[in-house]
Amino acid sequence: MQFFLEVLIGGLLSGVMYSFVALGFVLIYKASGVFNFAQGAMVFAAALTFVGILEHGVPFWLAFVLAFGVMVLLGALTERIVLRPLVNQPPITLFMATIGLTYVIEGLAQGVWGASVRGLELGIQDEPIEWLMDAANIGVSKFDLFGSGVAALLVALLALFFQHTRIGRALRAVADDHQAALSIGIPLQNIWRIVWAVAGFVALVAGLIWGARNGVSFSLTFTALKALPVLILGGFTSIPGAIVGGLIIGSTEKLAEVYLGEYVGGGIDSWFPYVMALAFLLIRPEGLFGEKHIDRV
Amino acid sequence: MFYREAGQFKTSYVADQQIFPIAQDRIGMLLILVLAFLVVPAVFSEYWIKAILIPFLIFSLAALGLNILTGYAGQLSLGSAAFMAVGAFASYNFMLRIDGLPILVAFVFGGLSAAAIGIAFGLPSLRIKGFYLAVATLAAQFFIVWALTKFGWFSNYSSSGVITAQEIQIFGFRFLSPESKYLLVLTIVALLALAAKNMVRSSVGRAWMAVRDMDVAAEVIGIRIMHTKLLAFAVSSFYCGVAGALYAYAYIGTVEPEGFNLDLSFKILFMIIIGGVGSIVGAFLGAAFIVLLPIALDVMVQEWLHGILPPSISSNLQLIVFGGLIIFFLIVEPHGLARLWQIAKEKLRLWPFPH
Amino acid sequence: MMKMSKTLTHTLIAAGLLGSVAADALAQANEQFIGLPSYRVGAYAAGGSGIYGGWIDYMSLVNERDGGINGVKLTWEECETEYNNARGVECYERMKKKGSTGNTVFQPLSTGITYSVLDKVAADKIPMVTIGYGRTDAADGRVFPWVFPMITTYWSQATTMVKYIGSKEGGPDKLKGKKIAYLYHDSAFGKEGIAVLEKQAQKYGFTFVPLAVAHPGNEQQSQWLKIRQEKPDWVILWGWGVMNPTALKAAAKTGFPREKMVGVWWSGAEEDTIPAGDAAKGYTAAGFNVAGQNFPVVKAIQDKVYKANKGNMEDKSRVGSIYYNRGVVHGIITVEAIRTAQAKFGKKPLSGEEMRWGLEHLNIDAKRLKELGAEGFMPDMKITCSDHEGSGKVKYQQWDGRQWKSASDWIDADSEMVRPMIEESAAKYAKEKNITPRDCSKEG
Repeated sequence: MQFFLEVLIGGLLSGVMYSFVALGFVLIYKASGVFNFAQGAMVFAAALTFVGILEHGVPFWLAFVLAFGVMVLLGALTERIVLRPLVNQPPITLFMATIGLTYVIEGLAQGVWGASVRGLELGIQDEPIEWLMDAANIGVSKFDLFGSGVAALLVALLALFFQHTRIGRALRAVADDHQAALSIGIPLQNIWRIVWAVAGFVALVAGLIWGARNGVSFSLTFTALKALPVLILGGFTSIPGAIVGGLIIGSTEKLAEVYLGEYVGGGIDSWFPYVMALAFLLIRPEGLFGEKHIDRV
Repeated sequence: MFYREAGQFKTSYVADQQIFPIAQDRIGMLLILVLAFLVVPAVFSEYWIKAILIPFLIFSLAALGLNILTGYAGQLSLGSAAFMAVGAFASYNFMLRIDGLPILVAFVFGGLSAAAIGIAFGLPSLRIKGFYLAVATLAAQFFIVWALTKFGWFSNYSSSGVITAQEIQIFGFRFLSPESKYLLVLTIVALLALAAKNMVRSSVGRAWMAVRDMDVAAEVIGIRIMHTKLLAFAVSSFYCGVAGALYAYAYIGTVEPEGFNLDLSFKILFMIIIGGVGSIVGAFLGAAFIVLLPIALDVMVQEWLHGILPPSISSNLQLIVFGGLIIFFLIVEPHGLARLWQIAKEKLRLWPFPH
Repeated sequence: MMKMSKTLTHTLIAAGLLGSVAADALAQANEQFIGLPSYRVGAYAAGGSGIYGGWIDYMSLVNERDGGINGVKLTWEECETEYNNARGVECYERMKKKGSTGNTVFQPLSTGITYSVLDKVAADKIPMVTIGYGRTDAADGRVFPWVFPMITTYWSQATTMVKYIGSKEGGPDKLKGKKIAYLYHDSAFGKEGIAVLEKQAQKYGFTFVPLAVAHPGNEQQSQWLKIRQEKPDWVILWGWGVMNPTALKAAAKTGFPREKMVGVWWSGAEEDTIPAGDAAKGYTAAGFNVAGQNFPVVKAIQDKVYKANKGNMEDKSRVGSIYYNRGVVHGIITVEAIRTAQAKFGKKPLSGEEMRWGLEHLNIDAKRLKELGAEGFMPDMKITCSDHEGSGKVKYQQWDGRQWKSASDWIDADSEMVRPMIEESAAKYAKEKNITPRDCSKEG
């Protein structure tokens, strides 16, 4: 039982890590209907930029602001150069454009900052909480708890932003119906720029958390693959879905690997989340919190 | 002036329904085939045949398969590379375990195995659509590669989990030289491309397109959705499977499951998007573009920028230009190179008096 | 077409500058071309830039300091493979005919590309050298005359790991009843160690627990929870890329002592430990080369190449790192093989066949290592017709939080166990492919 609990808690906490990346996908998909595959590359670019600036002796907060600035710039350029000319194209074209964008971002990030792998310390040790370890022999990482706290804060901030600001309301209007939003005078392009900036911010936070966990290297781009099952489980358009989906995927993935993995030789967490999300979709084709739509002829 | 259908009258339905209704197209196609079959093996260097033309043809076949599924039937898939892997490993195992099996039959069996797996992973498409389906096909991508790595039986318990393709022999003729392999691949690809072209012109193809354009409406007019969608998955996976078998037998030789990774799936998707969604010729154009572009970029960088830029910068520059060109092409011609080809034909028809 | 346009430009240049072309041709006649199928982008860039950087720097050193090898200058050209098999094949074909005698030797630094060109190198008569990766059973030179998995193989390494762990436990007999977990990258590469270690477990009586980590390995919570449950005495880390720092971090998270973790040589570079920060302290990893700048050969590179501003590394602090020094080892082996072949065939550019002879008769003994300024830098080695591995020795180094420190001497592999396995596997391959193994007693 103690071991089961430990697996479950560990799984839930790593699920939150997946949610970080999934959030970025959701934001952009919600506002512009673009399935932005470049989110993984953005996580990498943001973290690499941050660490690169930090290496020049810049204080932490300033590096954060500068890296955020770079991400805003990247978002604005993407909107201007890639998305605006592709308005009204089928979703698959936009999707492929973001894969092209992935190559550009990866090449730029590695070209500017070099290929070497870097470490990142946020000042919180990735160690088990001692009293819990002593009392119940359950290992819960301090860092993962901290990550969850950041995630909660981030979601709260996003919720406030979406619910209680003018821009947030405009964003939701755009998400509901582009044309209706345009017709009442909401500047679509500004909104997209803002959404990409916000997604850049989320990517930066995700990059810092994941970078502190595993180091800042090219493999940060792979975090996107962890986020995709979360995304289909929670629905492409729902922020709470990204969190709940992350929790479900994280915990079941760990439980499956620990309890089922040995019967098939292990290493099943590459595909298990996908198969699980798939099975889930058969029951609810729009994901947990996705918008249900009805086909009409 | 030379390219126009004026004066070519059709007097029967058969004549009206042929693949290339215009005489010039027929001649053009014939010329291309003669070039590909007779001139290319004689003129092109070993490097071109081995390193560019064979992979180009194989990837065209895979792109053709994906185009049937995505371009004609409208089901987005990110698992093409995995179906190629199924074809390669299945062909290998059929050859290994059945003595004296003709290689072409093994290719067909490989394709059929891929088709069976394709149907299994196509089942969710009956409920799931769009990007949800695309991400769901990733389940196939990761599961198949995992299974091929994990279970030693597939690779005949090779200690490194790789398979080494057997020699290709047909009626005692050994396909050893690059030219002979090229001709074999070309023949298979040409036949399958012809089959695909006919499929999409027939009722099957029209059913696929109806489902693509609006599946509910298609259902209303009496098209069996399940049958149609699963057929698309089966045919598409068959093509990918044969492409995978050729990849192993005629191109690489020794393959590992990890070679068929998500990157390759994306590349094949790129081929049809750049080439033209829902177009047979598009699959070929797209494959040519995606196979040639990175090589051309690398040659250019090594020839011109050698010693000028540090190597890591020039390598990353290639990646940036590659991504940038893809975006550029999507913006300039979202319907792909096939559309440009079509426009060129329209222009040719009126040339030299456009008004 | 490319060929044609190039000939065209050459003709044009020739028409304009007859004199200089003659000089050019003369120079080309005395150059040895080496094609470098490198990769400097993507997930593998950290390793690729370090190894190819070190290798190129060593060749620059030979050109700058000695004026080439016996007057034959080395030239090289890179070709970006992106670690992709199809691109690797293209690079192989592209470079095959370059230079006056074609590509001298092909070293792709990727197991996938190694497999992809395995049949082609024999047909084209270009030797392939795979140092520390590639097909293990190719060490049987009778079946694979054109492939050289040099210095040491994964299987040899696995046996040295058990020896090292045994020595830390106080002798090989102390391994009885111990439990060793094998945390591996779930791929062909990761599975290489399993068969040998299972045999070793039988021989020494320890329990062997394999644990697979799915690619890329940036999430290992479940595996480490299992380790917490199983409580092994040692963990062997057989990882690649992000899997390594993640494993070290997760070990810290679950409270597993890093001193009891032993890594494969692709888990033992600065790139694997620095991202893990303090969590990497005490971790030990295998290597067939050591880190550090205090070797005459590395110093010479700094003096002659970097002082002249001809160094290949943009980040000079990486000179002397594990990957960089591994590249220097690649350079030393390539250059020494050319030297060996020149001793037989004369001081001229060599063909692939001549180069193969040189590789097969390569003998870098302790004395030669000292002359090269690489004493203790890499193990001594001697290639023969049947043994294309040549050494099998591995050294262990421990990360002290800032750099790699030696933790053992060069440890010999358990070749009594490994060699029959190699021969058995090679024989199986020979049977599948209808290859008649060479009779090495008849080779000159």
